[in-house]
Amino acid sequence: MEERKLTCIGCPLGCEIEVKLKEKQIISIIGNTCKRGELYVREEVTNPSRIVTSTVKVENGKIPMVSVKTQNTVPKGKIFECIKELKTISIKAPVKIGDIIIENSANTGISIIATKNVEVSE
Amino acid sequence: MREYDVVIIGGGPAGLAAAASAKKNGIDQILIIERDHELGGILNQCIHNGFGLHTFHEELTGPEYANRFIDEVKKLKITYKLNTMVVNITKSKVVTYMNSLEGMIEIQAKTIILAMGCRERSRGALNIPGYRPAGIFSAGTAQRFVNIEGYMPGREVVILGSGDIGLIMARRMTLEGAKVKVVAELMPYSGGLKRNIVQCLNDFNIPLKLSHTITKIHGKDRITGITLSKVDQKGSPMKGTEEYYSCDTLLLSVGLIPENELSDNMGIELDTVTSGPNVNESLETNIEGVFACGNVLHVHDLVDFVSEEASLAGKNAARFIKKLKVGKNNDLGKIIELKSENGIRYTVPGIIRLDQMDDTVVIRFRVAGVYKNCYISVYFDKERVIHKKKTVVAPGEMESILLDKAKLNDYPQLSQITIKLEEV
Repeated sequence: MEERKLTCIGCPLGCEIEVKLKEKQIISIIGNTCKRGELYVREEVTNPSRIVTSTVKVENGKIPMVSVKTQNTVPKGKIFECIKELKTISIKAPVKIGDIIIENSANTGISIIATKNVEVSE
Repeated sequence: MREYDVVIIGGGPAGLAAAASAKKNGIDQILIIERDHELGGILNQCIHNGFGLHTFHEELTGPEYANRFIDEVKKLKITYKLNTMVVNITKSKVVTYMNSLEGMIEIQAKTIILAMGCRERSRGALNIPGYRPAGIFSAGTAQRFVNIEGYMPGREVVILGSGDIGLIMARRMTLEGAKVKVVAELMPYSGGLKRNIVQCLNDFNIPLKLSHTITKIHGKDRITGITLSKVDQKGSPMKGTEEYYSCDTLLLSVGLIPENELSDNMGIELDTVTSGPNVNESLETNIEGVFACGNVLHVHDLVDFVSEEASLAGKNAARFIKKLKVGKNNDLGKIIELKSENGIRYTVPGIIRLDQMDDTVVIRFRVAGVYKNCYISVYFDKERVIHKKKTVVAPGEMESILLDKAKLNDYPQLSQITIKLEEV
């Protein structure tokens, strides 16, 4: 049996919630004070995922870096792989918000898109 | 001298929303003055997501949130000047600005909206003993280096203060390959949002040490380490609790201060708690026709509330100008004072002029500590009229209540509104 302690992020209360798992199945959830806490813990235990944000080098742009994000959440365990991939590339200005920077980032099926417009340097 | 109806000092989230709102309320001669090379202010370096849940009902990154407003300002054909610094404002609303194209210029404003934002408290404010080595940055400076300029400030990092920028930077430095050894917080609770503690620290196993502070900075040319000590209930370091951490970088996330040098010079009264101007229900300062909004007024936790507040300032500036046009005096009418007591640190606004008030007014405030199971109570003179139960309130999260004009009118003798925390 596995036990995990999580802090709920649903509200400022930040309930400390204890989850007991048996063969990856949740058998008990203790410590939450509302339904949101339970939902949060279920998601966090079975499929923790995050939006990843970072920056990518821009060539010939008015600014040297452009901010980017994963278009959707990616599994928590893939965060560093997504970031690593971004270190190896640079893109040419102009860049528009929503432009795809990398398709299928770290084999997650999720694209990385630009979150800022960058004009060409004069 | 060139004349404008509304001159807005600062092109960050507050300035942009104020400008758009003034324009939509019928004002044409608007100028935004921004000192950076682009609009958007600090949002440009806040590349993480979580902005705009209240305003757009989706999670945007800082630059995306800023861009929504920048697009609107451009669509509304509002004029703005970049790389331009305002150096002085007079009581009679003459604004002196300078840039490398025009030199030093004076313009006359009919109304001014102060939207300069805030800046970070620096090491100087903390009195940490030790030399002044390289490698000590405010968290926001490091954020700018990493996210905008593309430089890494260091590899082995300690962060003092658990404000949101510090927490966000703990994650950001980790993702960029640095080792964040510890985040130390003087208070027994974090000043940051719960979500940031979990997703920026816990996700990466970065320890958060509450009730701890830095008592020594080691290193002469470059920082080589720090000594961390536990503090007692009064916040004084306790002997024998010292721990040494080696590091080449120290980030400070120890509070934000509204940037009010211009306001102070022009004779605007500042509040001792918020360090921002005292304002009335219209967000107007003690100088008629000068409004304030966003972090220059009081430090916000969410940019959505900055936008909301700034829209109101823009609308009220427009209303002020229309009154000038029809030659109606700004009659003060009846004034109701707002008082904060018992766990409430301040309120914005500080006074309500009943005649000038819209149908409702939002009162924003912060609490002094973490309180569980309490009530936010509002008293009209001696009578309790609002009694709102809260499971928890914390200094890091701004609170607000809505007052109805109709309800205020039911109390013709009303002279003071008191907001306080009460126990169950």
